[in-house]
Amino acid sequence: MSDLATLEQSILDQIASAADEAALEAVRVSALGKKGSISALLATLGKMSPEERKTEGAKINLAKDAVTQALAARRDVLKAAALDARLAAETIDVTLPLREAPAETGRIHPLSQVFDEVNTIFADMGFAIAEGPDIETDDYNFTKLNFPIGHPAREMHDTFFFNPKDDGSRMLLRTHTSPVQVRTMLSQKPPIRIICPGRTYRIDSDATHTPQFHQVEGLVIDKGSHLGHLKWILHEFCKAFFEVDHINMRFRPSFFPFTEPSLEVDIQCRRDKGEIRFGEGEDWMEILGCGMVHPNVLRACGIDPDVYQGFAWGMGLDRITMLKYGIADLRQLFENDVRWLNHYGFKPLDIPTIAGGLSS
Amino acid sequence: MKFTLSWLKEHLETDEPLDKLADKLTMIGLEVENIEDKAKALSPFTIARVISAEQHPNADRLRVCMVDTGDGGAPVQVVCGAPNARAGLISVFSPPGTYIPGKDITLGIGTIRGVESRGMLCSAAELQISEDHDGIMELPTDAPLGKGYADWAGLGDPVIEINLTPNRQDCTGVHGIARDLAAADMGKFRDPGIKPIRGEFACPVEVKVEDATLCPGFALRLVRGVKNGPSPEWLQKRLTSIGLRPINALVDITNFMTYDRARPLHVFDAKKVQGNLTVRRARDGETLLALDGRTYTLDSNICVIADEHGVESLAGIMGGEASGCDDNTTDVLIESALWNEINIAQTGRKLGINSDARYRFERGVDPAFMVPGLELATRLVLELCGGTPSENVVVGKQFGEDRIIDFPLSEVKRLAGIEVPLVEVKLILTRLGFMLAGNGPVVKIAIPSWRTDVQGKADIVEEIVRIVGVDKVPMTPFERGEEPRKPVLTPMQLRTRRAKRALGARGMVEAVTWSFITNDAAKLFGGGQSELVLANPIAADLSDMRPSLLPGLVAAVQANINRGTSDVALFEVGQVFRGDKPEDQLVAASGVRHGYASSNGLGRHWTGSATADAMDAKADAFAVLAAAGAPMQALQIVPGGPAWLHPGRSGTIQIGPQNVLGWFGELHPRAAEALGADGPMIVFEVILERIPQGKQRATRAKPVLELSAFQTVSRDFAFIVDRSVKAGDIVRAAQNVDKKLVTDVTVFDVYEGKGIDPDKKSIAIAVTIQPREKTMTDQEIDAVAAKVVAEVTKKTGGTLRA
Repeated sequence: MSDLATLEQSILDQIASAADEAALEAVRVSALGKKGSISALLATLGKMSPEERKTEGAKINLAKDAVTQALAARRDVLKAAALDARLAAETIDVTLPLREAPAETGRIHPLSQVFDEVNTIFADMGFAIAEGPDIETDDYNFTKLNFPIGHPAREMHDTFFFNPKDDGSRMLLRTHTSPVQVRTMLSQKPPIRIICPGRTYRIDSDATHTPQFHQVEGLVIDKGSHLGHLKWILHEFCKAFFEVDHINMRFRPSFFPFTEPSLEVDIQCRRDKGEIRFGEGEDWMEILGCGMVHPNVLRACGIDPDVYQGFAWGMGLDRITMLKYGIADLRQLFENDVRWLNHYGFKPLDIPTIAGGLSS
Repeated sequence: MKFTLSWLKEHLETDEPLDKLADKLTMIGLEVENIEDKAKALSPFTIARVISAEQHPNADRLRVCMVDTGDGGAPVQVVCGAPNARAGLISVFSPPGTYIPGKDITLGIGTIRGVESRGMLCSAAELQISEDHDGIMELPTDAPLGKGYADWAGLGDPVIEINLTPNRQDCTGVHGIARDLAAADMGKFRDPGIKPIRGEFACPVEVKVEDATLCPGFALRLVRGVKNGPSPEWLQKRLTSIGLRPINALVDITNFMTYDRARPLHVFDAKKVQGNLTVRRARDGETLLALDGRTYTLDSNICVIADEHGVESLAGIMGGEASGCDDNTTDVLIESALWNEINIAQTGRKLGINSDARYRFERGVDPAFMVPGLELATRLVLELCGGTPSENVVVGKQFGEDRIIDFPLSEVKRLAGIEVPLVEVKLILTRLGFMLAGNGPVVKIAIPSWRTDVQGKADIVEEIVRIVGVDKVPMTPFERGEEPRKPVLTPMQLRTRRAKRALGARGMVEAVTWSFITNDAAKLFGGGQSELVLANPIAADLSDMRPSLLPGLVAAVQANINRGTSDVALFEVGQVFRGDKPEDQLVAASGVRHGYASSNGLGRHWTGSATADAMDAKADAFAVLAAAGAPMQALQIVPGGPAWLHPGRSGTIQIGPQNVLGWFGELHPRAAEALGADGPMIVFEVILERIPQGKQRATRAKPVLELSAFQTVSRDFAFIVDRSVKAGDIVRAAQNVDKKLVTDVTVFDVYEGKGIDPDKKSIAIAVTIQPREKTMTDQEIDAVAAKVVAEVTKKTGGTLRA
């Protein structure tokens, strides 16, 4: 073997055994650097005869090319290995648990959700949403609604009162949201189509009563709306709210001072191990009261009962919430136990819409 | 209102089955609340005779009985454990397959200690007719074998209970209920007239009514020579069937009249009444020992019947013990009167007496039945107790006003949406006791005296519709009309909804707390005004309308901590009260965080475990404000807040000092202690009404977007400032250098500690500069940077950190 061949083989061996890019670079410098072994050989060419230079030069350049290629190839291998090694070192534990997104852990109270559901259904039927104060006058809560002073019907409402003022009058906590109807009729000309959801109060506390509760009432005043329309609206509402294709409803005559005729409404249902299904079964469950607005109420609100007519209804927002979502005890709605709220509450991005469904 | 089926049939000739009558009652507005039908539940239980009772071969306490069930078949073998099981005993037998209500089991054929038993001899407790379970029932020897026990024992009369609405006083008597059912085609109403009874002498007791508004009418009669004592069985049975206790014939007659005819009466023992009777207001401080054994102290708002002794009876509510009738009564004064409804209701409420008389008088009894009621009662007294009646004494009126109204037949269609032919209208109203004249289109209708609830046209429509059946009213689609579809929520309703969703999206859980809190808590949060204190709170700790949602929320968080969940973030959006006028009621959005409940999430976590702090509350408040559409750039943050907040870890959010939108921070330790809270509570409250209403834009199109052609430049600065310097002031100083060029200033580092003077801190800001007309040269950028340094130094005394 010639000296050149020996040198070349020696360099190629060094390249092959270079463990990392730094070692490889050292080999490159020792071979091809200014003082490198191959560079030194090339420097000898100048002292050679032209013929010698031609043949020797070609040999040396061949050797140089071989070394250069081997360097490049080895560099690629080492680079890839280095990257692999780095990536291997960067391994993370992908099984570490995530933190739940706040939007997933936050909850909307069932009452707020149902409030939005009810608003959505009635807004679609062309109703506006009216509100009024919790602290009311006796006049708006009772007298204008045809509860005569001293009448036993007032006792059906166990009323919270404030202390009498100097003039003897005393404010009270509204026992129903009907004062909002009064305020609307006094401030707005027919046609009127409103629902009034809100908080109401009665002195009562047991498994089915809490001193505060919530109602949603509806009011329609125009020149032609009658009991048939009322039945239709409530039927449509119940189907939409309970999200069933059909529902059997029973309208029974009843009594409320502010409506005449007055009706109570039951829906047919089946109770099965704490679960209630609507649209089937043998039981009747009372869900709301309604009727044609009493002429005395219209008169008290400055509306002529021989020209205008209309109807009103009222239902317990808490009650329909419990019925729809299978909540057994009214008091739980106000206990604010986060375990309960996490279970019965709704995710903040679950916003009821007509297009997307109420509770989907 | 309770009655039995047989009682109803005294007034209604009908063959309709019970369930049909019950359904009809409900559908005409007399809602059936409960039917107790013992005959149905106990139908398998029959009367049987024990032929023989032998000792059980394998059990000391059991006997093997052969029982004659009276069905003509072979005797049945029954194993019985009752000590009184013996040959010849007549008792009650139930065959296999019978449901035993007292044991809640269904009987099968059993083998008891090796001996087959094909039925059971029953105790009264097993039938749930009494508590008696000492042995099997023992019936008289003449009890008919094989017959149903319930029928024989008179338990067969179903008890119907209706939930009477307060307008229907006429149905507080069985007679009135029968009339309604007859009108609804459920049978024929039995309404024989009441013949007056001729008095045989003048009533020696005179009656004086001092105030006719309290007592519009009063009728009285004396019956001499009566023999009082237990009333006959039929009457006792009527009363016991609906849970009333028979007392004596005279008293039982008044109770019977109350339930049968909705006509409460009172009977005085005439010998115990001194002189004449006066109906008057009680004198303040007068007392009466009433028939319920309690002594009542009276006042001048209470109407009484008095004799020369003093008060003898609480008018229309309850009689007095002293003049009550007992077995020795020989002369009885029967009173039938009319009372002022409102006064009766007030007196009953004030004295806490819920008597059957009050129940009827406060609803308004039939005025025209005052005297006929007295006649009917007299007849019963004569029949049951004998005696000689006096003439009637009648003071005041004995009829109601004639009430005749014009009724356009079209009202039925107008209000109820159903066409009812005149002939049907006439039939229904006539059966209900109304009188009609004319054939339309407007008819005259006379309202019967007992229908005090019927006043006008709408009431007549109701009468027709409830008898025709509300289910007959066709459902009529309701047109939503020409109105364009528009959002219906008011701005406040929208803010409320968005605030809730925004806080929920921050991981908070919505609570609903009571509108009332303790007076102490109310005062702590700026409330407690006298006009917001309830006169009759349901509990002492629910006495004041809340000025803030925070006391309720803190209590709710604490309750969760006590239940074992200590990392809690609750919010509420709801009403708070500043006074008792409508405009004093505001909507607050508030939240409380406790423990590891920071904005990043609940609980400890490997990515970082931080407890909630005041900045989380600030973020919550800002989330509400942004969601509710507040002008975020205009908000100012002022350190500190109300006294219930930690003075150093709290802030007030305002737009100028006049418009405070809310507060955030750590609850003051003293406030926390007062509310019973453990550890730091991180709170905020924003008043949604205080957010200025944004301008309504004419178009939904967004403003044109102007994107700069030039890249922004960012420069970082770190300032050493006194610890009291507010970061907000540094940011504002930098922003104010050039509002056009400086588009953003962020604080990216705050440092106190090693390398910095203990009184100082380092705050680093990044200032974004947006070139407007051309790319800026280094000199131009340096000039802006120099101005930033100069401005911050001028405003805060800070120096650029070396």
